[in-house]
Amino acid sequence: MNPAPPTSVAEDYLSRDRTLRSWLTTTDHKRIAILYLIAITGFFAVAATAAALMRWELLSPRGDLMVSDIYNRLFTLHGVTMVWFFLIPSIPTVLGNFILPLMIGARDVAFPRLNLASWYIFMAGGAITLFAIVAGGVDTGWTFYTPYSSTYANGNVMAMAAGVFVAGFSSIATGLNFIVTIHTLRAPGLTWFRLPLFVWSLYSTSLILVLATPVLAVTLALIMVERGLGVGVFDPRLGGDPLLFQHLFWFYSHPAVYIMILPGMGVVSELVTTFARKRIFGYRIMALATLSIALLGFLVWGHHMFVSSQSVYAGLVFSLLSFLVSVPSAIKVFNWTATLRGGSISFDAPFLFALGFLALFTIGGLTGLFLATLAVDVHLHDTYFVVAHFHYIMVGGMVMAYMGGFHYWWPKISGRLFPRRPAQVAAITIFLGFNLTFFPQFILGYLGMPRRFHLYPPEFHTLNVISTLGAAVLGIGYVMPLVYFAWSALRGQPAPNNPWHATGLEWTTPSPPPEHNFDRVPVVTGPPYDYPGPDA
Amino acid sequence: MNSLAPCVLGMIDGSMAGASRIGPAVDAIFWSLTITCTTVALAVGAYIAWCLVRYRRGSAAPRPRPRWPEWWWETIWIAATSVIFLAFYWAGARVYLRMEEPPPGAVPVDVVGRQWMWDIRHADGRREFNALHVPVGQPIQLRLSSEDVIHSFAVPAFRLKQDLVPGKTTVAWFEAMRPGRYPIYCDQYCGASHSEMNGEIVAETPADFSAWAAQTRDGNSSLARGRRLFVLDGCAGCHRGADRRRAPSLDGLYGRTVDLADGGHVPADDEYLRESIASPGRRIVAGYAATMPSYDGTLGVTDIADLVVYLRQLKAAAPRVASSR
Amino acid sequence: MNANHPAIPVPYVDAAQRARAGQLGMWTFLATEVLFFGGLITSYVVMRVTYPAAFAAGSRHLSFAIGTTNTLVLLTSSLTMVWAVALAGAARRRAAIACLVATGILGALFLALKSSEYHDKFVEHLVPGNAFRLPAGDPPALQIFLFLYFALTGLHALHMLVGIALVGWMVVRLGRTPAPPPDNAPELVGLYWHFVDCVWVFLYPLLYLVTPS
Repeated sequence: MNPAPPTSVAEDYLSRDRTLRSWLTTTDHKRIAILYLIAITGFFAVAATAAALMRWELLSPRGDLMVSDIYNRLFTLHGVTMVWFFLIPSIPTVLGNFILPLMIGARDVAFPRLNLASWYIFMAGGAITLFAIVAGGVDTGWTFYTPYSSTYANGNVMAMAAGVFVAGFSSIATGLNFIVTIHTLRAPGLTWFRLPLFVWSLYSTSLILVLATPVLAVTLALIMVERGLGVGVFDPRLGGDPLLFQHLFWFYSHPAVYIMILPGMGVVSELVTTFARKRIFGYRIMALATLSIALLGFLVWGHHMFVSSQSVYAGLVFSLLSFLVSVPSAIKVFNWTATLRGGSISFDAPFLFALGFLALFTIGGLTGLFLATLAVDVHLHDTYFVVAHFHYIMVGGMVMAYMGGFHYWWPKISGRLFPRRPAQVAAITIFLGFNLTFFPQFILGYLGMPRRFHLYPPEFHTLNVISTLGAAVLGIGYVMPLVYFAWSALRGQPAPNNPWHATGLEWTTPSPPPEHNFDRVPVVTGPPYDYPGPDA
Repeated sequence: MNSLAPCVLGMIDGSMAGASRIGPAVDAIFWSLTITCTTVALAVGAYIAWCLVRYRRGSAAPRPRPRWPEWWWETIWIAATSVIFLAFYWAGARVYLRMEEPPPGAVPVDVVGRQWMWDIRHADGRREFNALHVPVGQPIQLRLSSEDVIHSFAVPAFRLKQDLVPGKTTVAWFEAMRPGRYPIYCDQYCGASHSEMNGEIVAETPADFSAWAAQTRDGNSSLARGRRLFVLDGCAGCHRGADRRRAPSLDGLYGRTVDLADGGHVPADDEYLRESIASPGRRIVAGYAATMPSYDGTLGVTDIADLVVYLRQLKAAAPRVASSR
Repeated sequence: MNANHPAIPVPYVDAAQRARAGQLGMWTFLATEVLFFGGLITSYVVMRVTYPAAFAAGSRHLSFAIGTTNTLVLLTSSLTMVWAVALAGAARRRAAIACLVATGILGALFLALKSSEYHDKFVEHLVPGNAFRLPAGDPPALQIFLFLYFALTGLHALHMLVGIALVGWMVVRLGRTPAPPPDNAPELVGLYWHFVDCVWVFLYPLLYLVTPS
């Protein structure tokens, strides 16, 4: 990579115009990333509070704190908000929006106004969802299974579904924007196999966002019509088929799992190479594995339905495909590990988060094999084993990667450094708290504790207490970054252009970058991750 | 904390293991997976730890080139993981197929799920709520249906789980191997009291089971209700008596093969009886017009189940009429 | 504004890049639309396999004449749209405007015929919901067919409305003096219009041409 050109007089994107109006009408991808950051941090806080209340309640098997109806509304609130208003937007809309154009040497995303519109749509969806929560909540679970959601559920199902429906269009807009940006706005010389793996992961994620989200939108619209007008195709009393709902829902929601993990994989690829100071092992196969996960991810939805009475043959096929989609994930773990060999490793906070990701994603992925195995899934389906498994992927994987990526690019985003030691402590605290919270849930699931259980038999008590204690540690871990990032934003040392001595076009810009990123369009002449190799 | 030890030990010594016929096969796969995955995770973890120490920044360890080209390693890894995955796929699929196929001689039991209870009927019409008495060593075929939303009949000790989907009848089977009381949970979220939709399977020795069966009386049994409904809801008006012009007699129908108006044949099993009450127009008996109204909506899932219990034991009267032309 | 090319807005370096982005953006958007209709059509297929007789009966309740006429109207509108795009590209503004106006009128004609069909269903109490009355001799699942009919054609009609608005915007844009520099906006609108036509090409046989079994 060429060294950064001398900074021109252009003001950085933060201090250019400080009015609120300029922020709310901005089309600068970096400012939109900040708008998203504020929004999803708020949603994360709401959803995490719900989780904290649930864990507190589960301290006792007999439900001393609240009635079942409230508990059910809490886990619905937690699921809906975490999935659609934190996990799905998290890395793409914050880190992706900020870093993608910088990484490919572009001045902005392809459609800057659409980018701003997607934020407003997201906020509108969020507002409707918050209204549904304030107006009493919903007790369907985030999966909205029919005919419960269409006929029997209490609360504001219509508003909740409408909120998710609207937010879906923001996902589509973001995905579309990224696909077009990556195709058309790459800097001269930046060929497909010179792209950083984070870009590959955003590209694959965008394909899913664009192709899966519309199906969710249609499904939610059908639920709203069925609930509102009493006509539809899901409720058996109307002649409909409840399994049709599950097929449509998981046709979106299983790929959505990959929306929630692929960007994390991309971030971790960046972190591992930077902090090992070594080229990624097997770059091409990493890129292709990312893409193949996105495509195979569309073919495995039926593994959520092994005990739903779908056909036995469907079960056999979906199980096989689910094992197949594990192969590229296993390749990734192998390649990250192999990248460390012969590196020159430093242990800054972003790398600690990446290591945490590696451990937790591996556990989450391996326990996924249990659930892909037909006979074993029959036993574990809809138990806490599943809850533990997907939290290892979603929180252990995606949230760790998000935290890692956020720490990594924070100096670029804010122009300031964060304190080294507290960040390392936070990474370790989150890792320990997470395992303490969720590992006992694997055992609970194996012993048969069903998910979404408010009251539970006393033999599950001890493990639930351990899990709640872990959640407290995890909560402390999540508060720590809020404190030191706030401190860093106000008092942190100014960051140099490239504090981690990383490769990549984003590090050639000033920290924070000017409004349109690059004075001159950069020209790329070499492969990514051009770190000094072994024996060099 | 003192309940942790038995809890974890329970996983290993298997207080639940071996409680059902299928259990050991499931556990064998579960524990092979656990051992394989733990080994892989520990190996990867140990290798990472070794790298972190040896190649930490500033260490003097030499940084050698890999001995083989990258694609070599990738091929080995892909081949190894694929073989392991396929082995587990095959093992899981085989046991799953066994789960899906009730063994011959399985005794049918009807389970109706509703918010928030299990309503269970034995083949002889005896009815239980939130409990199911079975003799050890006797395969039981569960026929599951729901009156409202989706439920899931789960017996962790038996490694058994099957959703109850409104609008259809799903099937599962088990065979208890040891006497004991085994919890039933609803595993599919079904509303406010989802976590209280519990029950238990009471597995008894054949002698104890017979004693229990002798004690329980046939008061509010399914059979009695079915007999009442047959008259009250007007079935008897057309299907009973000497006049055979409007509707076929149902005596001795159960288990026979019925000739259909479209030229096909269908065994008169539970599924056919249920369908003929809920949507009579779908498969008409040869020689009759589609005049019977649908009772879907008029009769609940429970009512239909009771009627089926009643119809099942109607003995063949005089000559065969149901399939006559 | 880009310092080198004042007419080219920011993320792009030149007009060709901008045109490529527009094209790919529209194709990607249309891909999402395929999946959007795809969800509904999947529901249609599942329900049709479950209730073949009701779907045949439902199809007979629709007006074959209106459906067929509308198919012809839309196919013709695609022809005028192709001409409009070609003429706009050749900078023949007046002819392009004439073709666009024809396209818009044909689109409006389609919607008018569609509304008259909706009106008939309303009068006959064949709109699913509380006012629905099952005609004697028809299976109850007729309501499911009609629900899917309204959902599919309603969604399609919504797309037609957007399309007509876009065509109107094109007319205004081309009629403005001085003329804006030529870009690929007409092509993008054309892509959208053809897509909406294509959807109808699927809906017509699915809804109007169900053979009685």
